[in-house]
This record gives sequence, C-alpha cells and structure tokens, in this order.
Amino acid sequence: MLHIDTWKRVLIWLVCVTGLLMALPNAFYTRVEQSNDAKAAIELGIDTPEMQAEAGQWPNWLPSSLVNLGLDLRGGAHLLAEVKVGDVYESRMDAMWPEIRDALRDERATVGTIRRQNSAPDEIRVRISQPEGMARALEVVRGLARQVQTLSGVGATDIEARAEGDTIVVQLSDAEKLASDDRTVRQSLEIIRRRIDEVGTREPTIQRQGADRILIQVPGIGSAGELKEIIGTTAQLTFNPVAGRTTDADTAPGIGQEVVPSLDEDGVYYILESAPVVTGEELVDAQPAFDQNGRPAVNFRFNTSGARKFGDYTLENIGAPFAIVLDDEVISAPVIQSHIPGGSGIITGNFTVEESTNLAVLLRAGALPAGLEFLEERTIGPELGQDSIDAGKVATIVAFVAVLVFMALSYGLFGIFANIALILNVGLLFGLLSLIGATLTLPGIAGIVLTVGMAVDANVLIFERIREELKSARGPARAIELGYEKALSAILDANVTTFITATILFAMGSGPVRGFAITLGLGILTSVFTAIFVTRLMIVIWFERRRPKTIEV
Amino acid sequence: MRLKLVPQETSFDFFSRWKVWLGISGLMMVLAFTSFMLQGLNFGIDFRGGTTIRTQSAQEIDVGAYRDAIAPLELGDVTITEIFDPTFGEDENVAMIRIQAQAEAEAVSAATVTAVEEALKAAAPDIQFVSVESVGPKVSGELIQTAVIAVVLAIGAVLVYIWLRFEWQFALGAVAALVHDVILTIGIFSELQIRFDLAIIAALLTIVGYSLNDTVVVFDRVRENLRKYKKKDLKEVLNISINETLSRTVMTSVTTLLALISLYVLGGDVIRGFVFAMIWGVIVGTYSSVFVASTILLWLGVKRDWSKPSNTAGNQFANIDA
Repeated sequence: MLHIDTWKRVLIWLVCVTGLLMALPNAFYTRVEQSNDAKAAIELGIDTPEMQAEAGQWPNWLPSSLVNLGLDLRGGAHLLAEVKVGDVYESRMDAMWPEIRDALRDERATVGTIRRQNSAPDEIRVRISQPEGMARALEVVRGLARQVQTLSGVGATDIEARAEGDTIVVQLSDAEKLASDDRTVRQSLEIIRRRIDEVGTREPTIQRQGADRILIQVPGIGSAGELKEIIGTTAQLTFNPVAGRTTDADTAPGIGQEVVPSLDEDGVYYILESAPVVTGEELVDAQPAFDQNGRPAVNFRFNTSGARKFGDYTLENIGAPFAIVLDDEVISAPVIQSHIPGGSGIITGNFTVEESTNLAVLLRAGALPAGLEFLEERTIGPELGQDSIDAGKVATIVAFVAVLVFMALSYGLFGIFANIALILNVGLLFGLLSLIGATLTLPGIAGIVLTVGMAVDANVLIFERIREELKSARGPARAIELGYEKALSAILDANVTTFITATILFAMGSGPVRGFAITLGLGILTSVFTAIFVTRLMIVIWFERRRPKTIEV
Repeated sequence: MRLKLVPQETSFDFFSRWKVWLGISGLMMVLAFTSFMLQGLNFGIDFRGGTTIRTQSAQEIDVGAYRDAIAPLELGDVTITEIFDPTFGEDENVAMIRIQAQAEAEAVSAATVTAVEEALKAAAPDIQFVSVESVGPKVSGELIQTAVIAVVLAIGAVLVYIWLRFEWQFALGAVAALVHDVILTIGIFSELQIRFDLAIIAALLTIVGYSLNDTVVVFDRVRENLRKYKKKDLKEVLNISINETLSRTVMTSVTTLLALISLYVLGGDVIRGFVFAMIWGVIVGTYSSVFVASTILLWLGVKRDWSKPSNTAGNQFANIDA
C-alpha cells in the first residue's frame, strides 16, 4: 500500500530545504550582492567600517551564491572578436629575413648574390644569381629551421623552403602555423584579460570560441565602443632602423622597408626597415616618467635578450637615427648618441601626463600579437535590462498565480498539493541555477515561465491517471498507487525528449539562447523531482492522517 | 465543484474524417511553404548581418524626421519602426532602427553607428540609445548554419529516441508532427513578417520539445492499450487512447498557454516574438499530436503482437514487419 520509507522522506525534505536555502539569496539580490562585493574587498585588504557594515548585511552562515544576470538583463557590452592569426606569419617572416640573408651571404661562393623579391606577406622569396647552387642554398635555409613539437609526432619543422626556378620560397610550415595560431589566440586572450582587469570592471567574461575567436562580455560598461577602446589599442611597440625621412607619403620604399608617418610632425614620414631590432614583447617594465626637460615620458626596460639586441645595435650604429614606432606611427626618431648596454631607455614625445601613463599601462600589458576583427558587437543599456527584469518579474508572478488558481479549481486538494510542489519547483530551479553559477538571461526568464506552465504536466498526468483508476474502484489508496505507477513511463518519455532538445539547444546555442536552454533543462529536472517525489510524499502524509474512504481528484 | 474543461468520459471519433484533417494539415503546410518561398522570412540581424539601434525619447517619435536625418548617410536599406507596448511609461517612446550590413565591411563599422547616432541626436536632442547591436555578415552566415543544424539534430535525436522506446511507426508519426509544427511556425513568421532572430530558433526547438511531449503521452497510452485490447482494431485503440488522455492534453495546454499569455502581454516587447512563436507552437503542437502523429500512425499500421515477453517489446530489434 501507500508507503514511503522514513529515510526517503527525510531525504526528500532535505533536498527541498537545501534547494530553497540555495535559492534564498536571490530574493535579496541587491543586499547579497553588496555584501559579497564588500567581502571580496575586505579580502583584498580594503577593510573600512563601511565595508564591514556592507558585508554584515548578509550573514556568513547562509549561502551567498547568486544567479548571474546576463548582459541583456544587467546591461553592458558584448564583443565577438576574430584574431587575425595571419598577421603573425608576416612578422615571423620579417624576423626570419636577416637570419636567412646572413646565412646565404656566407655561402656567396656557391649561390652567388641574393636579392629579396616582393612577395605575399606570409612568405619570403629570395632570388639567387647562381641557380646551380640552389641545392646548397635550400640546404642552408632548411638548416635554419627549428623542430616543432606537435601532437602528430616529431620531425616537423617551423619553416619550409622550396625552389621555384632561381627563387627560394620560405614559408611557415603547416604544423608551425597551427601552433602559432594557437599561441596567438592564447596570448591575445591573456592580454585582453589583463587590459580589462586593469580597468577594473565587474565579472567580465573573456572566453575563447572556436579556433580563432574571443568572446568578451563586460557588464556595466557604457558601450561596445568603449570596450573596444580598452582592448583594441594594440600598443605594438617596435624599434626600427631608419633608412630615410621624407615628406611624401607616396614614396616607394625599398624591399623590406616601409613608410610610416610621424606621430607629432605633420606631413613627415620615415622610411624604416620592416624588421625591427627589438619589439615590445621583450619589454619587462614600463613606467610613466619625465625626461630631463621635465616633459612627460615613459621609461622602459628590456629583458636579457632584448637588452643584448638593443645593446649590440646601439654599439654598431652610433650616430644613426633610430625610430620608436607605436602602432604604425613613429613616436620619435632620436639619433643614437652612445652605446646603451643596460637595456633600459626612455620614450619621449609630445605626451601629456595622462597619455604617458596610458602608454605605460599598454606597454606593460603587452602588445596584442595580432589585429582583432570585431564580428559582432552589442551594447545593452542598463535601463533596458532593468525594464526587462521588471517586466519578467510581473509576467512570472501573473503566470504563477494563473496556473495556481487554475490547478486548485481543477483538482481541489490535489491541486493545492501540486501548487505547493510548483512553488518548491521554482525555488529549487533558482537554487540549482545559483549552485552552478548559471547566467539568467531574458529568454531564460521565458524558460522559467514556460517551466511554470509545463511543470504541472507531470502532476496532471498522475492526477488524471488516479481519476481513471478510481473508476475501477479498488479503494483510493490503490488508485493513488496505480496512478503514480502507470503515469511514470509517460512522464519519463515525455520529459526525456524535451530534455534532449534542451541539451541540443545548450550545445548549439550561444549567449541568451543558452540561458534559455539551461532554465528549460533544469526546470525539467526539478519538475520531475517535485512531481514524482514531493507531491507523492504530501499525498501519502495526508492519506495517512485522514484515511479517507473516498477521494475526489 | 471542479472546473472541468473536458468531461470525465469522452468518446470522440478522431479518425472519422482523418483524410480531411491530413488534407487540412497538408494544405496549411503548402501555404506556409509558399509564403516562405514568396515572401521569405523577415530575418533579424542575427541572420543577415547589420545593425539595430533601439532608441528611447521623451518626445513623440517622428519616423519621417528620423528617416530624413539618416538618409544623407546613404546606408542602403534602413527600416525605422516605432514600438508600442503596454509596459512602456508615458514618456517612453521607443523606436527600432535597422540598418543593413554595409557591403564592404566584414566586421562592424563603428563609424557607421556613430554617424547614425550623431544624425539622430540632431533630429531628436533627448534621444537615448538603449541598445545597439551589430552582427557582421560572417557570423550571421554561421548562425544560420548552426540554427539549421540544431533543429535537424533535435528532430533526428528525437526520432532515434522514440524508435528505441516505441517502434519505428511511432517515431515517424512523431517526427511528421514535428516537421508539421516547425513548417507551420516558419510559415506564420513569414506570412506575418515577424522578425525572425536567434531566439526564434530557441522557440522552434521548444516547440519541438513541447509537441513531442504531447505526442509521447498519447503514444505511451496507445502502447499500453495495444496490449490491453488485443482484439480491437488499431483505429479503435487510437481513439480510446486519445480520448483517455484528452483531459490531460487540454489541461497541460491550458496551463502552458496561461503562463505564455501572461508573458506575451506583460513580458515586454523584447521577447514578444519569441513568446508568440511558442504560443503558436503549443496550439499547433497540441493539434498535431492528435491529428498528425496519430493519423500517420494509423496510416502506417503497427505491430500488434505485444504479448511476447517485454524484452523485445519497445525495442527496434523487435519484429517490425507486422
């Protein structure tokens, strides 16, 4: 007959109470949020009485995880950026060129004179004047290749060289391109993270998506444009040899050279060697400072290898001009006065104090290794988010009340049981969402409302079945038992299929849609739990107390 | 006194005119498809790229003035719609401006957005830009692809699950109902030119889930009754099963619709299209689980020998050639 073991009863109530406790902080959202922020601040060492007071708003012994609000509810900016991984090939090849040139020059007797040809940016083409020496030339160039570690095994090298007539074509190997792409995206991710952290916003989401994309979501920021300014400033710092100075932007540069405008002198252009002597990647520190004339400047220091290259170059080129290039603009082109061995220096230019501070921050955070292309950007104002929350709240409450009344009217006492289960169900759903730190979005709220409507389905199935079983009249207890037993397969099949679609939606969807899939999926779990266990327990307890001879469902 | 939407005992004959019902469904699907082919969907920027700007202003919105302000920028196809909603306050005048993807730019051009914002500020000084969303053509193409894959995968997964749990005839019936629901939903979106964006795909999948839920409940009862009434013919068994589950079908549809309608009325305009799709889906899904899924099942016939030990029943390796 109707019987549920004591341990099961305890377990069921325990799950409900735990779920409700986990959901509780969401009922006091602002208060818990302030308290959590204050506690985090205190942990960081900002311990003021105000902070203590804010932290004290929510007792420590209660759970304090909240459901995260998605961008569409909180307001903020969303960017999907594609890292132009190909950019890196170009700088890699440019960096290769001096090495290849020097190696081939050493073999001048066999290969003759060499000349770099114009080429696609991701390759180097070198023509040799004695094609008979091609075999030797290829051997020399291939000798420069380094081993790459790949998953597919050893033997792969970072560059590939082949001959096309009297021309050697050098390219990055496919294995190296893959490895390089991965490194580039990771680096970009890390740098974006650091830049956003320096600005200090709350809970940014910075994720890699697919092979070469990065998703950036920052709540509370004014616009996607603002966000782009923070991360989009590449701060690509290089130190290049200067080949000449001109006032004509259309000057044709020599091979391996480029024309770069000056930052503060209008109409002045520098012709630079494309291959930099040192790059900003080798910087270890940058600080705002003042030069000897009291003007704002930036002090910088290189790492050991950077310092060595910088030292060697300055030693060999005393008296020659030298360009400090930031994001394709020459900041300044001082003449090298003396050998600079220590690897530290100062960048001067027409900076304001603020500019020099920003420049130092950007240099310290490191340059983005490649450009970013923004594929998708969304800005949601905080007011729109708040409106959506308010509308969502009202709609949920009205939906709730409508369903509660309808169930009570249709099933009487059993309807009340189902209603208690429904309320528990939404509580459990919020508890689960907080527990896994899920993000609630506007479609997610729709998912909750839909759950409210559909969650009673399992109970309806059971109640309708009990009604049917009552007709064959073997006593109410038996009818209830049979009702649960026979409805079970329909409940499981129906919910498993819905759960499958929710899972697919979660796997394929992104952003708000994913938020919907989460609430829908978890809603199915909690509604099956409450229907099968909680209402049953309530009915059993009621039945044990009253022992009714007949029941009406 | 109980509220009963469906009498305790019903004995409707759902199949006396099954050809008519299938005909109506078929006709509706043809209409939906024709509308889709002729008009196409009113794709949102998620699927075709471009920019939408949502503006808010205390003044009355003069769509003409907005249009004149933007026209000199020569941005191609620009649609401006004023939005009315019962949840808006007195001084909330909201408009949506949609700008087509600019051909030359693979990524989104910030300059375009800024130019439009400047122009609008000149036309309406107190204008606020409550949301600005841009999607590049590259991503939108992928989003369409992912969306189609998601819907196909969902239907495929369900086909397999029902096949495993029931029989292939049930699976085909259920999937026919799903395809019916999806096509009719796409049809109404194309006919009414409601904006079709990423959220609608979520709604489509939910409709798939809901319609299935309904179908599976009916099928579960059919399976049970096939074992119970071995002598009755399939049509009779199907009728009994649908009548027995009718009360539940109606109850669940009503509670779900109650929840959805309150969301439709009160939930704000941002998700109204999404909720509309689901309301439509619940209605169509309820209809299709009775009139499409079961009718197809009747038409395909089903193995009747369920008396064998249950280790073969409900398994695709059972005899299916009956």
